[in-house]
Amino acid sequence: MKVNIHLNKRVAVIGAGLTLFRRRLLETPQEIAWEAASKALDEAGLELKDIDCVVIGSAPDAFDGVNLKGEYLSHGSGGIRKPVSRVYVGGATGVMTAIAGWYHVASGLCQKVLAVAEEKMSPDRPHPQAIFRYIWDPILEKPLNPNLIWIFAMEMHRYMATYGIKKEEIALVSVKNKRNAVNNPYAQLGSKITVEDVLKSEVLVWPVQLLDVSPVSDGGAAIVLASEDLARRYTDTPVWVEGVGWTLDNTEWPARDLSYARYVEFAARMAYKMAGIERPTKEIDVAEPYDPFDYKELHHLEALQLAKRGEAPKLLKEGVFDIDGDIPSSPSGGLLGVGNPIAAAGLMKVISIYWQLKGTAGKMQVKRPVHTGVAQAWGDLMQAGTVIVLRN
Amino acid sequence: MGTFLNRIAIIGIGWFGFRSTTPEVSFREMVFEAASRAYKDAGNINPRNDVDSFISCQEDFWEGISIADEFAPDQMGGAMRPTMTVAGDALQGLAHAVMHINSGVANVVSIEAHSKVSDILTFSDLVKFAMDPIYVRSINPPNFHFIAGLDAVKFMQRKGITREDLALVVEKNKKAGLSSPRASYASNISAEDVLKKDYVVYPLSELDMAPFVDGAIVIVVADEEVGKKLKKDDYLVIKGLGFVTDSSNLETAELGKANYMRIASDMAYRMAGIESPRRYFDAVFVDDRYSYKELQHLEGLRVSEEPSKDLREGNLSPQGEIPVNPLGGHIAKGVPLEASGFSLLLDAIDYIKQGKGERALVASWRGIPTLTGSVVVVEKP
Amino acid sequence: MVTPLKEEDLSKHYILSYKPNAKYAYTAGQAQSKYLLGLKEGKIYGRKCNKCSRIHVPPKMYCEECFRPTDEWVEVKDEGIVMTAVASFISWTRAKLEEPEIVGIIRLLPSNDRDFVYPGIFHRICASYEQVKSMEIIGKRVKAVWKPKEERKGSIEDIQCFKVI
Repeated sequence: MKVNIHLNKRVAVIGAGLTLFRRRLLETPQEIAWEAASKALDEAGLELKDIDCVVIGSAPDAFDGVNLKGEYLSHGSGGIRKPVSRVYVGGATGVMTAIAGWYHVASGLCQKVLAVAEEKMSPDRPHPQAIFRYIWDPILEKPLNPNLIWIFAMEMHRYMATYGIKKEEIALVSVKNKRNAVNNPYAQLGSKITVEDVLKSEVLVWPVQLLDVSPVSDGGAAIVLASEDLARRYTDTPVWVEGVGWTLDNTEWPARDLSYARYVEFAARMAYKMAGIERPTKEIDVAEPYDPFDYKELHHLEALQLAKRGEAPKLLKEGVFDIDGDIPSSPSGGLLGVGNPIAAAGLMKVISIYWQLKGTAGKMQVKRPVHTGVAQAWGDLMQAGTVIVLRN
Repeated sequence: MGTFLNRIAIIGIGWFGFRSTTPEVSFREMVFEAASRAYKDAGNINPRNDVDSFISCQEDFWEGISIADEFAPDQMGGAMRPTMTVAGDALQGLAHAVMHINSGVANVVSIEAHSKVSDILTFSDLVKFAMDPIYVRSINPPNFHFIAGLDAVKFMQRKGITREDLALVVEKNKKAGLSSPRASYASNISAEDVLKKDYVVYPLSELDMAPFVDGAIVIVVADEEVGKKLKKDDYLVIKGLGFVTDSSNLETAELGKANYMRIASDMAYRMAGIESPRRYFDAVFVDDRYSYKELQHLEGLRVSEEPSKDLREGNLSPQGEIPVNPLGGHIAKGVPLEASGFSLLLDAIDYIKQGKGERALVASWRGIPTLTGSVVVVEKP
Repeated sequence: MVTPLKEEDLSKHYILSYKPNAKYAYTAGQAQSKYLLGLKEGKIYGRKCNKCSRIHVPPKMYCEECFRPTDEWVEVKDEGIVMTAVASFISWTRAKLEEPEIVGIIRLLPSNDRDFVYPGIFHRICASYEQVKSMEIIGKRVKAVWKPKEERKGSIEDIQCFKVI
């Protein structure tokens, strides 16, 4: 695998914008994208006419209810009469949008790029969850009428069985993230819950219960990236993209051991090599692993090499991943606390690391000094891993 | 806008299908066939070791699977490798590949695009589904070609183009396709045959609208230095590219003019240092899924100021001054959905490899209801 | 600023309804067609790649690891080990179910428990909620319960479920 660490151009994030993440918003997808994009431009001190290229990230077209959703969103994302394209790797789209924004600049094609991720899940009837019926193999899996929570529950149970992890240990992630989200002004579900609340919540697909899952949400996120010479003109605190990595595992999830996310490890190694990180546990100061379900954060922390296989719950209990711990994880509150408008959620995680490294995360700012952060997203049928490493 | 640092070489191509139905293979098997051919063509490379990044170009609703990206990796060799999906035309995917190489992340990239349109039972409803839900779809148009009709009428009025001109385009392209192995819809018809047909939507008859086709195309690109090692001098170079969306709102879009082609081609010409496209290129391979679109695109591309004059004088025919779609275009080959850009690029590559020319312009459109175009300048090194 | 709404608020705003008409006839292709025909016969077929010795179930005409065509059809046992199982109390439309639906992943034999990739199948498991909740079902050996021959249509539904033996 080729990973060329002699990158052609250094790229920095110079602005970010988020909308509120809520169960349902009045605005259309284009209006949501517009708000996130204009906030990002404001923070960067730029106007739309300054932007050379636009990258859009949005997951299943079926949610917003428009085919060729990338075309539809180019309007609100500022992509009119500019080179605009859409990247799509399922749930991992959010971080992929940032990665695509990075290579638009790093390749020399564009100097200033606006990367926008948006998702509006609320329009779907009878329930947004029903959309997930169509992500399966249409011939061999769809007839069983699977829903998305099944595959996560299967993976969670496999993870628990392989390493002897209990539900109480996993529920701590939900408690941590929702508690972190109380400090996040954009969050949908910030609250102080207990492990007992999680264990008493409605059983959806055992072992997954209601408070183990992130909610359906509408929301948008956007970042502005610029090349090094320009970045320093617009800000004193550019946050550099130091490493990117992405992988897609094979399509046959029933034929793979789900207890370990090898695709996230592969993507992480690609990003770490580029960033020159050799001891992740020592060199990473803050992490935003993708947490659509509480156990997933642990699963991903292990794949990100921030914990040994099966040991993330132990470190969690010891407080390593708390906001005042050694490697604060999901200080934004993650998907469990902030909400899960699929593509926007991934980019939100990137933005959280960006604000942490810039020092403008407000009440969410972690206690220890931060220099290197990693954001990661997951997608498809237990296949896609996208990782981005940022430094200040 | 900046410029790329490295020259990009097209080192391998492979295709499979180009028939109205392909019942014996699933879309995955079709892509595997195309990919195997592309990797062999690229110097017998093994994608598991020699390809650094994989890009798939597909749209959920054409595939009938939400998150169609899930089914991208295996059949192109991208499982457990950097694989991603660009939801757009294949030439946009190509632009991403060029960016992967120029950003330093990859040396060799493989891009696939495919169409299994024969699996789609409700195609026109899906095109309707792509229209704006509040302003356009809500009027419940019975035939999505109406947008092409409006666009065509405005264009023809402005440039003095007649129905006979459109029929001449159909005749030219259908006949030209007879020499192409990929042209399932080529035929030896005349302009009179086209004029005798009833309108589907004024001013377009059934023959003015290209049919759809199944097919899979895989193209392998590499940094030129790497390409030289694999293929010596048997490769082509991408000198410039551009892609743009002019509008996604029908009311405020400027119909009757291919602005997207103008902006995208200007971007590509600037990159390639081209001042007079008409003199520079030996042939043009441009989207003609509606006959009038070929002429409208030529104006946008600055290849022809008066497209109907050039057409009537024979300048656009295969032996003319600036052959346009000399291997048939979509009208003879069919439109393979998002692989359309690659279908045109394949023709350009074949044309150059057959020794008929050295520099080609490839320009693709994403079809109704979009106003998005992509342009690539490809030539011998 | 975007405007959050509660469900009750929806009636105060203009809502456009639309039901997309998206229908497809998916081509099964070579690999899946033979697999489905095998199910009709009461057999589970896989494709073997002789280079890496891997048996692909669900079958594929190409091995994605070696990137070469797979070599031959092999029949795998309709028995295997439960890798994971779950009990669903919600339907695909998020409606509540009284009786849980039990599904899981079975690693079919021949394979061994150190394999990271193996011939696997995702299907229903005939077991009780208690067996799932206690994780007792994981690691158990199960066998397919087939529909009677006349009722089999060449579909994944030809297997009713996998049951502990």
